[in-house]
Amino acid sequence: MTTFKTPLIAALAALGLTANMAVAEADVHIEDVAFAHEGPFGTYDQMQLQRGLQVYTELCSACHGLEYVPIRTLSDEGGPMLPEDQVRQYATDFPIYDEDSNRQYYDVEKGEFRLLTPADTFPAHHLAAAPDLSLMAKKRAGFHGPYGTGISQLINGMGGPEYIHAILTGYDDPPACAPEDFTGYYNKHFPNGGIPDECKDEEGHPTIEGSWIAMPPPISDDIVGYADGTVATTDQISMDVSAFLMWTAEPKLDARKEAGFIGVFMLSILSVLLYLTNKKLWANTKGRKDS
Amino acid sequence: MAGIPHDHYEPQSGGARWLYRRLPIVGLMHSTLTAPTPRNLNWMWIWGIVLTFCLVLQIITGIVLAMHYTPQVDMAFASIEHIMRNVNGGHMIRYIHMNGASLFFVAVYLHIFRGLYYGSYKAPREVTWIIGMLIYLLMMATAFMGYVLPWGQMSFWGATVITGLFGAIPGVGPTLQTWLLGGPAVDNATLNRFFSLHYLLPFIIAGLVAVHIWAFHTTGNNNPTGVEVRRTSKEEAERDTLPFWPYFVIKDLFALAVILAVFFAVVGFMPNYLGHPDNYVEANPLSTPAHIVPEWYFLPFYAILRAFTADVWVVIAANWLSFGIIDAKFFGVLAMFGAIAVMALAPWLDTSSVRSGRFRPMFKWWFALLCVDFVVLMWVGAMPAEEPYATISLIASAYWFGYFIVILPLLGVIEKPLAQPATIEDDFKAHYPSAGSVTGYGSATPAE
Repeated sequence: MTTFKTPLIAALAALGLTANMAVAEADVHIEDVAFAHEGPFGTYDQMQLQRGLQVYTELCSACHGLEYVPIRTLSDEGGPMLPEDQVRQYATDFPIYDEDSNRQYYDVEKGEFRLLTPADTFPAHHLAAAPDLSLMAKKRAGFHGPYGTGISQLINGMGGPEYIHAILTGYDDPPACAPEDFTGYYNKHFPNGGIPDECKDEEGHPTIEGSWIAMPPPISDDIVGYADGTVATTDQISMDVSAFLMWTAEPKLDARKEAGFIGVFMLSILSVLLYLTNKKLWANTKGRKDS
Repeated sequence: MAGIPHDHYEPQSGGARWLYRRLPIVGLMHSTLTAPTPRNLNWMWIWGIVLTFCLVLQIITGIVLAMHYTPQVDMAFASIEHIMRNVNGGHMIRYIHMNGASLFFVAVYLHIFRGLYYGSYKAPREVTWIIGMLIYLLMMATAFMGYVLPWGQMSFWGATVITGLFGAIPGVGPTLQTWLLGGPAVDNATLNRFFSLHYLLPFIIAGLVAVHIWAFHTTGNNNPTGVEVRRTSKEEAERDTLPFWPYFVIKDLFALAVILAVFFAVVGFMPNYLGHPDNYVEANPLSTPAHIVPEWYFLPFYAILRAFTADVWVVIAANWLSFGIIDAKFFGVLAMFGAIAVMALAPWLDTSSVRSGRFRPMFKWWFALLCVDFVVLMWVGAMPAEEPYATISLIASAYWFGYFIVILPLLGVIEKPLAQPATIEDDFKAHYPSAGSVTGYGSATPAE
């Protein structure tokens, strides 16, 4: 139900429900993960976001930026909610790896990069093969079903964090068809990478799942040490950082759902009141239907 | 004004008379609120209010967004993220504006198809219909330019594809396209003028809406029977109608509240459902997305645009007859605009003397097929340009034109319409057998 290939579309889909279709080069299966923030009642798991932040800081940030995320939002409601003094410390400690992409932090008088503050955004990274991660969970949608209507995202979300989780855990031994020296790392969940000609049929369609990605496998068991006692398996680390990246992409998710509930609730009450008003208003002109 | 006979505003106090002689604005408000409205209007007559609400909603949210948005190619995408992250309530305002466009088009399509079924376009309401079509065209232009502003991948490539349509016009096309874009390709100049026009056009729409309302207040509303309100005397007119306030205002507000509850559920729980994930990727002129899809509300006409490929016989014929001036690309553009043009010409293409589809036994089926056809076009518009979708879109496009150009003129001649009720009052009483003779005007107050 959650394949990444062009799905079959029911006629229902045409009622304006088809906007989320994407065509991927390779046939990739994205497994659903039950994240805490999914569904109308879901909210972010604060502890998971903190663990995800740790993973990002210790592993991902060496190559990937978060250029749209202000550091101060780490203490925001509905986020990792770090205490403000910790956020200040975190900003000061954060190194700038990619100096060319962060000239705005360069202090000309002192001739060096100044320390970051909570008011700054995370530094940018413009390495060719390491995209910015701020919006990654929103620019990749893993789910399009059922029948391409995408309606399942009301319950399961759009599949953005699932996509990230699938990539992070999708490294595998390369299939037999591939030559030994093919560039990159085989990842059975990566749809947009290179595929050797030996692994394609006569029409150029791949005969294997996934493709080759430039990023080496970033996660292994116990590569981070969690302070809250969570066992740091590859799967756990990957889920934590995926949830964190959903937060960086949609930091106001909790507030938005709350607003949605208030809106639906108030309008439902208003609807009932207006229904009764309307019924009474028209009673004299319509008469009673049953008499 | 020769309309439905009804009471006119009489200024009561000295101050009111003073103002009335200088500016009859209270009289205008009075005649708008007391407008005699056919009492048998059904739930398909609520979309006008929904549309008016959408226009106001989009203008208000849009003005706030414009306070924080930067129309510059290097900053536009980041300024949207600024709205989503740093502006108080900015994420809700943007999501409401984004999904408000979809609600706007849901309402306008239902409004248009209501008009097509009940013959609202027929004499004497042709001008209302034509103005409505102009509003619809401006809505499409506004929505298209609004979608370009976030400067995502779909914004950029959508703009490239759509402005390319003008480049397909023989002779002046490339010059026209460059003039529209402000340069050889979609770039900063394009983004700037699209922002300017996206801000301007809604106010032109608002002006046209006022004229649209003025026009149908002059002719009176159509109604599900298509039978006109009696104008022979005030008493008879009052038995066919009810004043707009409070009867239809409350009814419309009830419908609006229900629709907005659904709308807020979409905004709150799945705001990106109708969007495209690729638009969260910043525009990159060097990387074409695998699959360029317009927003859902453009899909039917996008399908017609793509349906006429070079191997279709009408395209070959047009190409040969025009000595090669009309190629497949230009034919597609003509077909897309023609699809809206034939709809605008419906008042003159429909030859039937009966207005409402309710009393047209053959028309009903062809109309139902047109609704299905519209949905099918929307579906194939989202599909890749390959078989079997190419053939399906060609058949569906042919039916769209066939309905307006062949079926509507012919049906008026060959169809035997059913008997229509003599008056709206008769129709209303047939529906509500115990309906009283309450006119709803003057001293008659609502129940109790």
